[in-house]
Amino acid sequence: MKSRKLFLIVLLLISNLAISQNCTYTFSGIVEDFHDKSVLIGATIHIKNLNKYTTSDVDGKFKIENLCVGKIIVEISHLACDKLILEIDLVDDLYRIIDLEHHIEELEEVHLRSNSKTEETSIEQNLKKEVLESFSDKSLGDALVTISGVSSLTTGSTIVKPMIHGLHSSRLLIVNNNVRLFDQDWGDEHAPNIDINSANTIQVIKGANTLRYGSDAIGGVIIVKPKKHAVKDSLFGSSLLSLNTNGQGGNFNTEIIKTYKSGYFFQLQTSIKRFGDFKTPDYYLTNTGIKNINSSIRFGFNSFKKGFDAYYSFVDNEFAILQSSHIGNVNDLVQAINSKEPRVIDDFSYDINTPKQSIQHHLGKIEAYQRFKDLGKLTLQADFQVNRRKEFDTRVGDLKDVPVIDLRLFTTSLQSNLTIDYLEDLKINTGLLGRFQQNDAIGGTGTEPLIPDYEKFDFGTYITGNYKLNLITELSAGIRYDFSSIKAEKSYSIWEWDDTYNYDELFPEFETGVIDGSDVLTEPEYTFHCFSASLGLSKHYTNDFSLLMNYGLASRIPNPSELFSDGLHHSTARIEVGFLTMEKENAHKFSIALERTNSNFGFAINPYYNYIKGYIQLIPFDTVTTIRGSFPIWHYNQIDAQIFGVDIDINKRISDSFNYRGNLSLLQGDNLTEDIPLIHMPGANITNNITYTNKEYHNLSVNLQHKTVFQQNRYPDYNFSTFNPVLQENVYVDISSTPPTYSLFNLNSSMSFNAFKEGTLKVEFSVHNLFNTSYREHLNRLRYYADELGRNFNVKIKLNY
Amino acid sequence: MKTIKLLALLFISSLVFTGCSDDDHDDDHDHEEEVITTLNYTLTNGNDVVVLTYFDLDPDDSVSGTYSVSGNLTANTTYTGELTLENANDEDAEHIQEEIEAEKEEHEFFYTSTISDITISKTDMDDNGNLVGFDTTLTTVDAGTGSLTIVLKHEPTKPNDDNSTNAGGSTDIEVSFTVEVE
Repeated sequence: MKSRKLFLIVLLLISNLAISQNCTYTFSGIVEDFHDKSVLIGATIHIKNLNKYTTSDVDGKFKIENLCVGKIIVEISHLACDKLILEIDLVDDLYRIIDLEHHIEELEEVHLRSNSKTEETSIEQNLKKEVLESFSDKSLGDALVTISGVSSLTTGSTIVKPMIHGLHSSRLLIVNNNVRLFDQDWGDEHAPNIDINSANTIQVIKGANTLRYGSDAIGGVIIVKPKKHAVKDSLFGSSLLSLNTNGQGGNFNTEIIKTYKSGYFFQLQTSIKRFGDFKTPDYYLTNTGIKNINSSIRFGFNSFKKGFDAYYSFVDNEFAILQSSHIGNVNDLVQAINSKEPRVIDDFSYDINTPKQSIQHHLGKIEAYQRFKDLGKLTLQADFQVNRRKEFDTRVGDLKDVPVIDLRLFTTSLQSNLTIDYLEDLKINTGLLGRFQQNDAIGGTGTEPLIPDYEKFDFGTYITGNYKLNLITELSAGIRYDFSSIKAEKSYSIWEWDDTYNYDELFPEFETGVIDGSDVLTEPEYTFHCFSASLGLSKHYTNDFSLLMNYGLASRIPNPSELFSDGLHHSTARIEVGFLTMEKENAHKFSIALERTNSNFGFAINPYYNYIKGYIQLIPFDTVTTIRGSFPIWHYNQIDAQIFGVDIDINKRISDSFNYRGNLSLLQGDNLTEDIPLIHMPGANITNNITYTNKEYHNLSVNLQHKTVFQQNRYPDYNFSTFNPVLQENVYVDISSTPPTYSLFNLNSSMSFNAFKEGTLKVEFSVHNLFNTSYREHLNRLRYYADELGRNFNVKIKLNY
Repeated sequence: MKTIKLLALLFISSLVFTGCSDDDHDDDHDHEEEVITTLNYTLTNGNDVVVLTYFDLDPDDSVSGTYSVSGNLTANTTYTGELTLENANDEDAEHIQEEIEAEKEEHEFFYTSTISDITISKTDMDDNGNLVGFDTTLTTVDAGTGSLTIVLKHEPTKPNDDNSTNAGGSTDIEVSFTVEVE
């Protein structure tokens, strides 16, 4: 209470400084849901002592003008919300974001404004449910690419890793249902195991400013959020069927939700996805089908004071990998690069043969919260994840059906978060985390495991604060400390241990003394201490403008593949070598965003600069002569890097029915140590959308999208020559050159109809790659072998009931 | 009190999950089963026996393998060639060869030499009547020095023009010996 008094005194002092009674001030702001920050339309804002009223508009905004200096008592109410009464001493124009504890709205489509924030000062973008639904039969990465500054690193068309500002894998935190995803994200060809259909909103935080989830978000954070349910008796659900010509397959998703007036809710969701071989404009991509089954179940209890949420999801993915991408040696690779088409082109088939990946991911959690008067909200959470990854290669004989890689990663964590929000202007989040992780390289694969068995313990603690400095300015700051200890069990050949890597002198403490034939058994053990910090400033001006400034210090410990990889990675057809000498990566990211949130004309300009000390990259190093012939060796190494760029988003209302939306992303990455460009950086890209909407006619919407991805001309030259004994000559291996610029056009249209008594039927028709353009994408790992997908017609039917 | 009970439940459940996952640490360290560590190409003409050997105990490390040739070939001679493959890491070292023989339809060897007058022809066939190449006939003419390259393709187009570059498939073996005909 002391600080409240202090605050009042300060305010009184300020108001005394006001020279004269001036009735020209404006009280404006936005009303949003306390839980998911969705805007609330039609909330009543009533200044009781002046008897002035207004309601929030479609963007949740309101404005009351011509107010005098002095105390106002504002009552904010909305259907099925607790009333909120604010006493405000008005001394200047005031902008407020008002959170209401709200439920009922969520039964309908959730409306999200583009800049609803996890933290007030962070630079974020959202994907709402309607957008996610149009990606129902695609992956998380495909949907995220629609956000400026987000690209993807892919293996074919189905294995898609999101990339924020050129960074991916261990440098992105993916948080599903408040659980940080651990699914062997270290490999380039390991896509996150999340069913996009189970998400309600996805938030992308560009930068390291969300310390709550970890200290290693060098690239950013992706938060997959479920729906919050209303406190009323209801049973509802939806089913969505999506069918495609390309791949001759589709997806069926259905969910059913039961809610009770008492606050209990229950939700069940299942989706099934099946595709056969996809097709480029000219040929079928033999062995590129998918088979997915996903299910999630959720139940809980919701009230303002307390509640709990239990969630379990199961993802079963089977991805076929282009048959032609299976190569034996460098000469096969050269042949693939030089020939315009993949070596195997068969007729369409639903068969999933080798090479393929089969991944199962279980995620379970229980979260409980309690609100304490004059303090805030305490949340406790326990979760577990099991990730089983099997990779199958083209093999001979008995081993045909045996995976070459078989890993099981188990992760469990306990965490707490305390939100202290009873103070008017200061909000504090603090928490603790304990996590245990175990990787088991399962035997019987007939190969040396690329990633060894290991056990890892993490402990983390953080505190972040958000302070409303004055009426337009907010400041946020946070620090986090993480302790990690990792202990692995791995055999090295004595020769390599002693001579090649000199580990016998560098790490004698890792030796166990056990020698098995020509191998030495070692137990590498590490402990890391990581500090991370964030600093943010936001200014919200009354004319819809806001300015955000962020600094984030992130620290990432090397992942198991960077430390322990040593051997043939079958699915990439190269020998990959990690090093025990790897140290942690530290990044400093600065970003600024100037935004105008307005449906007539809005924009966001977001320049950023990221300096990464000890950036770990996997680059071509050499070739080795094996019985298969010349074989590439890739090494992990550590350099200093910088990545900077700008993301620009623009929206403009052209007329009542036409809207324009576009974005541009420019990025440059540099390897500062060697003074060359950084490997695998996305090229500049631009997207334009023109949308026609007619709310009167079945909510008709027609969207034409154009996207151009420019050729990446800044790439490091890791080309080399190798001897081809069959041709008896040296051949040049051009693995670095990038594919040319390409432009794609996509068309999307949708209409809604009333169905049954209370349900709605939404029909969507879209065409992807309208002009059937042949192209290759620099960030597709299979770009040496085949073109990207050709034209696709898609029909979606969604029934809400 | 409810919250406390719930917390207890959370903790217990997490312990249970941890307990379940903790499998016993047996020795599940794998040895390479599939690899070919040894290739022997034995050329025989009566008592004139020449063995070409490629050996690499761990083909997946960053150390190259070794070549050895037991002697020189004789000019104007016809040899019977026999190719054998082994995995020295496997107790049953010849198992790998048996497996490839069992899938002859999906495999084919290709032999080339820079000594232009050496001819090598495959003499064994798979069930479809296409050449395989475990058994060969090698004929020398004039003296000379050059290379002898052996390629094994997995899933090549069969039949083909006996050129490994045009045959497609992926390369399982590509070794090149230096040989002398005297």
